[in-house]
Amino acid sequence: MQTVPLEFYLILSSIIFTIGTIGVLTRRNAIVVFMSIELMLNAVNLTFVAFSAFFGDVAGQIFVFFVMAVAAGEATIGLAIVLALFRKKQTVYVDEASNLKW
Amino acid sequence: MSLLYFFFIVLTVFAIASALVTILSRNPLRSAFALVVHFLMLAGLYLTLNAQFIAIIQVLVYGGAIMVLVIFVIMLLNLAREESLAEKFDYRRLLAVALGVAFVLQFTIAFFSSKNLNSNISSDSVRIGTASEIGKALFTNYLVPFEIIGILLLSAIIGAIVLAKRKVE
Repeated sequence: MQTVPLEFYLILSSIIFTIGTIGVLTRRNAIVVFMSIELMLNAVNLTFVAFSAFFGDVAGQIFVFFVMAVAAGEATIGLAIVLALFRKKQTVYVDEASNLKW
Repeated sequence: MSLLYFFFIVLTVFAIASALVTILSRNPLRSAFALVVHFLMLAGLYLTLNAQFIAIIQVLVYGGAIMVLVIFVIMLLNLAREESLAEKFDYRRLLAVALGVAFVLQFTIAFFSSKNLNSNISSDSVRIGTASEIGKALFTNYLVPFEIIGILLLSAIIGAIVLAKRKVE
């Protein structure tokens, strides 16, 4: 059976990671920045699963499991911070939250 | 052109398109729904790699739990559409896109010039993608990280409650 080469998965992953990075760098809305970080995490997960399948090693999929658990924790904390920010300053735009800026 | 190639190309096109909608849309809710589509496409890509368990977890945890949380917060805050970005951000966006394109080109050249990558999916991949194999590895070799993940999730729950609760005067 002919399979898709590993390179294609890695290039797709790098494209998605780059899209996520551009989202983090250019968007002001904290929730969209947060979603872009999720995009980057998923790109890395795709790399893990691709290597795991091509090398026949279960470790890659275990690490995807751990990354998903960390992402779930990050989602709760990140959104709680956004809620706290909104309650304090009535905004979710990251450039308006500059209290720590010197 | 095998069926697998066809599925890979369709899933890739939709994954990249939905990722672009996620970061380009002015409406956060539309971004969130595009991200759900993106997660479903990635689950399909995991299936083409014979990772059944990870694909199901992707749909349940990412497409379900995390995105419900995100959409809930967007609707709770009732955000207006973002106005177009100020001009001062334009040079930064240009720089980000240029560096991103350079990054992808670099990866493409690096991957296609390396000759020692495996060209075929391992014959073990169907076996190791099942829930029983992952569970076996999780409770033997990776038991300590698994327990620590439990503590991490507990602290995340406590942290979220502390951050989000109203101060009692």
